[in-house]
Amino acid sequence: MPHPWIPSSYIKNELMKEIGISSILELFSDVPKELLLVRSLNIGFGKPLTEYQLVRVFDDLMKKNAYTYKVPPFLGGGVCFHHVPSVVKHVASRSEFYTAYTPYQPEITQGITRALFEYQSLVADLYAVDVVNASVYNGSTAMAEAVRLAVRATGRRIAVFSRSTHPEVVEVVRTWSEPVGISVSTVGYDRETGRIDLSELEDRVRKLKPAAVAVQTPNFFGIVEQDLKEISQVVHESGSLLIVYEDPIFTGILEAPGRLGADIIVGDTSSMGSGLNFGGPSAGILGIRDPEGKLLRQLPGRLIGYTKTVDGEDEGYIMVLQTREQHIRRERATSNITTNSTLEAIKAAVYVTLLGSSGLRKLGEAIAGRTVFLIERLESAGLEPAFKGGVYLREVLFRHSHVSNLRNFLKKHGVYIGPLVDRFYPELSNCGLVCVTEVHSKEDIETLAELVRMFSEVVTP
Amino acid sequence: MTMFRQARWSEPVVYDISHDSKEGTLLDEEFKDYTSKFLSKIPKHIIRDALNIPSLSEVEVVRHFTRLSQMSYGVDLGPVPLGSCTMKYNPKICEELASDRRIVEAHPYLDEEDVQGLLEVLYTLQKWLSEIVGMDVCSLQTPAGAAGELAGALMIKKYHRDLGEAHRDEMIVPDSAHGSNPASAAMAGFKVVRIPTDSRGNTDIEALRAALSKRTAGVMLTNPNTLGLFEEYIVDIAREVHEIGGLLYYDGANLNGILGYARPGDMGFDVAHLNLHKTFAAPHGGGGPGAGAICAKGALVDYLPVPLVEYDGRKYYFKYDVPRTIGRISWFYGNIIPAVKSFLYIAALGPLVKEVAEVANLNTNYMLKKLSSLPGVDVVYGYGRWRKHEFVVSFEKLYKETGVSAEDVAKALLDRGLHAPTILFPLIVPEAHMIEVTETESRENIDHLINAYKEIINTAYTNPSEVKKSPQNTSVKRLDTVYGNLPKNIVLTYRSLKEKVT
Repeated sequence: MPHPWIPSSYIKNELMKEIGISSILELFSDVPKELLLVRSLNIGFGKPLTEYQLVRVFDDLMKKNAYTYKVPPFLGGGVCFHHVPSVVKHVASRSEFYTAYTPYQPEITQGITRALFEYQSLVADLYAVDVVNASVYNGSTAMAEAVRLAVRATGRRIAVFSRSTHPEVVEVVRTWSEPVGISVSTVGYDRETGRIDLSELEDRVRKLKPAAVAVQTPNFFGIVEQDLKEISQVVHESGSLLIVYEDPIFTGILEAPGRLGADIIVGDTSSMGSGLNFGGPSAGILGIRDPEGKLLRQLPGRLIGYTKTVDGEDEGYIMVLQTREQHIRRERATSNITTNSTLEAIKAAVYVTLLGSSGLRKLGEAIAGRTVFLIERLESAGLEPAFKGGVYLREVLFRHSHVSNLRNFLKKHGVYIGPLVDRFYPELSNCGLVCVTEVHSKEDIETLAELVRMFSEVVTP
Repeated sequence: MTMFRQARWSEPVVYDISHDSKEGTLLDEEFKDYTSKFLSKIPKHIIRDALNIPSLSEVEVVRHFTRLSQMSYGVDLGPVPLGSCTMKYNPKICEELASDRRIVEAHPYLDEEDVQGLLEVLYTLQKWLSEIVGMDVCSLQTPAGAAGELAGALMIKKYHRDLGEAHRDEMIVPDSAHGSNPASAAMAGFKVVRIPTDSRGNTDIEALRAALSKRTAGVMLTNPNTLGLFEEYIVDIAREVHEIGGLLYYDGANLNGILGYARPGDMGFDVAHLNLHKTFAAPHGGGGPGAGAICAKGALVDYLPVPLVEYDGRKYYFKYDVPRTIGRISWFYGNIIPAVKSFLYIAALGPLVKEVAEVANLNTNYMLKKLSSLPGVDVVYGYGRWRKHEFVVSFEKLYKETGVSAEDVAKALLDRGLHAPTILFPLIVPEAHMIEVTETESRENIDHLINAYKEIINTAYTNPSEVKKSPQNTSVKRLDTVYGNLPKNIVLTYRSLKEKVT
């Protein structure tokens, strides 16, 4: 049965005649008989669907999702609800971009190489580093690649992580590293401030002489790490590299990691144009501060560079340093990465350009201001920040003796907080994350606080 | 010659666009007082003082990137016959439905009970993919094909370790394989053993036999392989690999050619990855994001990355207790949006996926027949055999006779408003064009491609310098890959462009 998505399905007989076969099966004559599937695959809905049937089927499925955000969700845990500007969606829906392949023929895909060059340039400026690659899958795999990059560059095989780094990111690093003999060691956090335990870190680094130390700021608890400079000194004294994971959304308000001593920077574009997408896709940000040019050849992933035309009269952009990559270097490549997250990187470039320096600054301030306001309101409603001595940004870890019930109570009112963190940190029972971003109004935060107050009255009258 | 001229805008790098506006989007400043409180609590040296990001008005941002898009080329403009990339048309309804707010605004830490519809979509897709490849379970955790390969290689590694056979440190890979195979094997810590290809285009079974040993962890195969040929000895290979205790890994990049006709699981493969952005019509996004799946059979199921989406008869949930899992290969649950597009694609076609393989193969062989009859074109491996989803021809003869290379021919295709195929790959074919037209190109489009080749080859024999001047009609002429790669010329950011070029 023919289908409009398969134009020549209507003229199969003619094509068969052209190539001189009388049965389609002849095309599969080299497939051993016992392997030929004689039955129909049991997939789909038993028959092809018309476009409208597909719309209906899908809508019915989506109606089974019970969540409804009465106010923008306060869910956190590394990714938060940020606005994706219409311009970003519009540009990403240009099908010259989204239906293109990797720019292996750069003369006809200058739009993509140029947009990626701009992404590399903009993100390098955000983080104050020298080079950013054209993206990897997401923040978690960017971190896994960063660790392997550090291992190659230093010849050492240990990575030290702050325990307050996103636990799923650390899990991914372990999956990618431990089977090949790269071990992961974690350093705790200060119970009062929520910041990395500096003296434990110093001891560990001196003892282990790791390939890299990785720190996330603001960390998984939402706490701003204030000692990057001191950390970088300790790390560099031991000949190790400093990896800093920072969401790009904070680069308008927090000093760039590249200026605080980070050698490798890692991030994710979820906050900058990709959106939540139930966790993916986004683009993984991976960059290096590389004043001596020692890390560049070890950097995985595509890189777009400037060049001239062969006749020397014009200029353009191409993929460069491809001898690091799998299609050329095969088993000696820096990574196996092939498909990356180009479209998400382009979205990030659009996002950053749309905001500009002043917009990025305002955005950072808008989030910081809301964080302070949130803490004030929730404290007055009876919620305590888990770390009293720390400074939170965007996400706040709160403690409540009935946090799980509180979360469910809020959910019933269309207000979402979380995740609770005891599944990752057993010692932090009764603690949950609340995230505020530029989308939340004063009224939204007041609504949350009011509901918390109501709940507390019910639980502890 | 069919006239084609790509748009060319003298569009400056975004940093050089002159403007008086300060920002392209409005942000509120209602929390200013609270911001000051924040800033007073952190040390001054960790507050950002200067940013160097261009500031454009909204309309200028839109124009800048729309102009760039006009200097790009995708499937919506014409055929993109890149071999092993399966650049099929991306149905618009899938794009539209997958941008549903109920998906794009779903937070990954919502409770399972609140996202039952989404989980049902993912669970169903896992099931459909398992049925398509003949495996027991598929995981959607891998964000792309190569991530699936890494997952698969790590699963194989852990499997042998658990059996007390950690000494199995060799992964066997044919020389026709995608570069990501040896790269993934190496990332998982394997030594890569390369196997040649025989004249019929199969993995050389004698060489493979000779390579099998107590040190063999597994064999990674693509079937149909990158020559578009079905591995005729696959049953023997599977048996012999298993006999010595090794495992068989399936690279699903080329699944399009056997969809509904043969299944890797039935062939004896233990682990398989799929590229949802190839076979199942999610778009390539100019290089990504795609989505992968990693599927396993038998004992290997226990090694899949977590979480899997499960169903207990009442509700869908994330399953984390996979007994011997390699762990998480990526955070959260994979690349959901492309996965949803693939769900919709399979839902729309249902049993017609068989039609996909049939027409993909008909198109391939139709084009091969016409193209291989042209002067200067050779078929190097598997002469006379039917191809599946793709084929490879060599322009070595043309090059020797005219000086026009495979790359020159590719650039001349661009001049005719066509995208070039994959060139100079697989590495075992000199001056290669690896061509995959997929099932979504009509005969007229294939004829158009063939005529373009014909014209280019004719010109090569009469006026080769004309071809070597290509491309002329794209937004830029031939770019110098040597210049841009010279260490002193490496420019990867605007900052270094300003330092080095001006």
